[in-house]
Amino acid sequence: MKGLVLALLLWPAALGAVEPGEALTDPALEARARDISSELRCPVCQNENVDDSRAPIARDIRLLVRERLLLGDTDDEVRAALVSRYGEFILLDPPASGANLVLWLAGPAFLLAGLGVGWAAVRRRAAAPEVDLSPEERARLDELLPP
Amino acid sequence: MIVELGHFALILAVAVAAVQTLVPLVGAHKGWRNWMDVAAPAATLQVVLVAFAFAALLWAFVTSDFSVALVVANSNSLKPWLYKLTGTWGNHEGSMLLWLLILALFGWAAAWFGTDLPASFRARVLAVQGSVGLAFGLFILATSNPFLRMDPVPMDGRDLNPLLQDPGLALHPPFLYLGYVGLSIAYAFAVAALLEGRVDAAWGRWVRPWTLAAWIFLTIGIAIGSWWAYYELGWGGFWFWDPVENASLMPWLLAGALLHSAIVVEKREALKAWALLLAIAAFGFSLLGTFLVRSGVLTSVHAFANDPARGFVILALLAVFIGGALTLFALRAGTVEARGAFATVSRETALVLNNILLAVAALVVLLGTLWPLIAETLLGRTLSVGPPFFDRAVTPLMVALAAALPLGALLAWKRGDLGRSARILLPALLLALALGALAWAVGTGRTILAPVGVALGTWVIAGALTDLWLRTGRSGPARLLRLPGADWGRATAHAGLGVLILGVSLHLAWREEAILVVPVGGSFEIGAYTVTLDSVERVQGPNYVADIGHLVARRGGAVVAALDPEKRLYPVTGMTTTEAAIDSGPLRDLYVVLGDPQEGGGYAIRAYVKPFTAWIWAGSALMALGGLLSLLDRRVRVGAPARRPAPATPPAAVAAE
Repeated sequence: MKGLVLALLLWPAALGAVEPGEALTDPALEARARDISSELRCPVCQNENVDDSRAPIARDIRLLVRERLLLGDTDDEVRAALVSRYGEFILLDPPASGANLVLWLAGPAFLLAGLGVGWAAVRRRAAAPEVDLSPEERARLDELLPP
Repeated sequence: MIVELGHFALILAVAVAAVQTLVPLVGAHKGWRNWMDVAAPAATLQVVLVAFAFAALLWAFVTSDFSVALVVANSNSLKPWLYKLTGTWGNHEGSMLLWLLILALFGWAAAWFGTDLPASFRARVLAVQGSVGLAFGLFILATSNPFLRMDPVPMDGRDLNPLLQDPGLALHPPFLYLGYVGLSIAYAFAVAALLEGRVDAAWGRWVRPWTLAAWIFLTIGIAIGSWWAYYELGWGGFWFWDPVENASLMPWLLAGALLHSAIVVEKREALKAWALLLAIAAFGFSLLGTFLVRSGVLTSVHAFANDPARGFVILALLAVFIGGALTLFALRAGTVEARGAFATVSRETALVLNNILLAVAALVVLLGTLWPLIAETLLGRTLSVGPPFFDRAVTPLMVALAAALPLGALLAWKRGDLGRSARILLPALLLALALGALAWAVGTGRTILAPVGVALGTWVIAGALTDLWLRTGRSGPARLLRLPGADWGRATAHAGLGVLILGVSLHLAWREEAILVVPVGGSFEIGAYTVTLDSVERVQGPNYVADIGHLVARRGGAVVAALDPEKRLYPVTGMTTTEAAIDSGPLRDLYVVLGDPQEGGGYAIRAYVKPFTAWIWAGSALMALGGLLSLLDRRVRVGAPARRPAPATPPAAVAAE
């Protein structure tokens, strides 16, 4: 509830993360590296991705990602290697498998349920006989809302 | 001495809150008028006492009274006076006191504006409001007392976190709290209505302005926080899906849903039970936000006042207030009968769809925010849920909302004609498709974000303008200025949403970035600009030392902007901050950050071109303005002296309007 005030509090101060010397020369590979590292969570920071973090471990992970990409790993292989080292916690994008399916399917399920209940309610109102305000209510409303 | 008086005033305020809770409640139950009449003066007395306590704490901060433990922990004699002042609420204890002050202010406002309410209903509303004040006053005194003294008195304070030494701290938390706490009034109205066992069109009319006010404050508070993060954190992001940001987004979504369904309650006497539930849930989410921030159960960048004991107390309060209200709802909701009938194609149905989408978005954000906690306790898995999930889960809902909005807003009450609305909106649709295609053509084509965002944003804006145009009817544009505030408000807020959609999607789709080492005197290219680093100088600030870079951006040889980013070191806390240099324009922001000096000479520089960023803030401002216009519509104001023979309201209330 403190909103961003507090967001600022534990943000490692100063300049964000990727340092000039880190980038790969191949722009396509570098773009993949940025995409991957922006979806990895810095393990020691509060809630920051590896791409934005200044922590030394974040730098290590950025370099590791690039090293694996240079070796010809696919994006998924890079992520799998990182998960085996740092655990599932590192993935900001939770894989849609196992129990996580509950998380991923909840949105569509809520939406369908909401639409179903909403539709039933709307149909019920459409079938309901019209009841007008009672005279007292009408008078009260006129008093509050000058015509 | 002043600090002790403040402490004493806070204790008295808690006692008054107890009276404000019990006496009017019993009075309303028994029908004793004089007991009910205790509520309003008690609310006034409470605001005076809490304001005095808060003023005492402000005094301690401004005069740097280092015998107060809280001042020592969060202030320093060298700090500029503005940050001494705002440092009062840049911490857990002080911000809780601000929370309580705003709660008391709303209670007082409800007492004065609510003179038109039936006596028993007004008494119950103020009693419920008093009970929230009682609970949080006790919470502050028992676990988070800001007035505790320190012995021995240290020579100086430990200073406020440098990132918080920003004008943003003066505005962002107070606005957010006005929003969160404003929803307590909607909650109080809902509980009071359930206690009375009566929800009618008038209830919708009473609850809407309060919800609207809270929603406006939340909109402003969230936008200021987002802007602050944008310029302070150093890489130009504006939303991070952090748990605590989510905690402010959820009540905003539900307040948005409630202010739409309150219209249906008022105009059509339908959706009454649902609106009651939303009013309870919206405040519930405010309390949940308080719990999430202050308990430390979630790993968040906002981790700040992490104290499990405090968290437990807040959770207990949440259970009592929301659990109690929901129990009451379950018992009494059956007595709340919908009256107005409407066809399946009608404004009512469109507003039901609006409510479904907003409520589902809030639920999805809730589940995503709590999922790491659930997974850890139930499944023993430590995992993260970050921006990729929220982007994918929430975006479709917002797309659906934006797509349906212009059509729904044109439907008539009771029985609409979808084909007619669609025909009227045909020009808006064609314009949206054309601009979307243009965005596709000029963009890199790598992402569909830009064309979809532009088409949707244009569709919503053009739809809002069409809506306004239709309201003028046959009398043409001359009538435009005489339209009721509610019509202007609706069109402005909806157009604001369209502007926001445009800004967010183009900002994300078309940003450019350069990260490189620049020697002093050297230049680099970004987008259409050539930027030169002229010099770097060291400057002594009041409580920091700064390296300031002087850069000049040119376009085609002509100077466009001088950019002076800073890197500051605050010696007391040993922290550094970056002050990005931003040249804001209507179509793009040029954003430059100064980094560390490099071993081989030169400085690390990060530069960005962020297209249409100003549209994000402009869209938020338009939404808030729309809310305000709607609030100023005299038909909406509760307690407006509505053509009554004698002024029933005392002069003070009129002045307060």
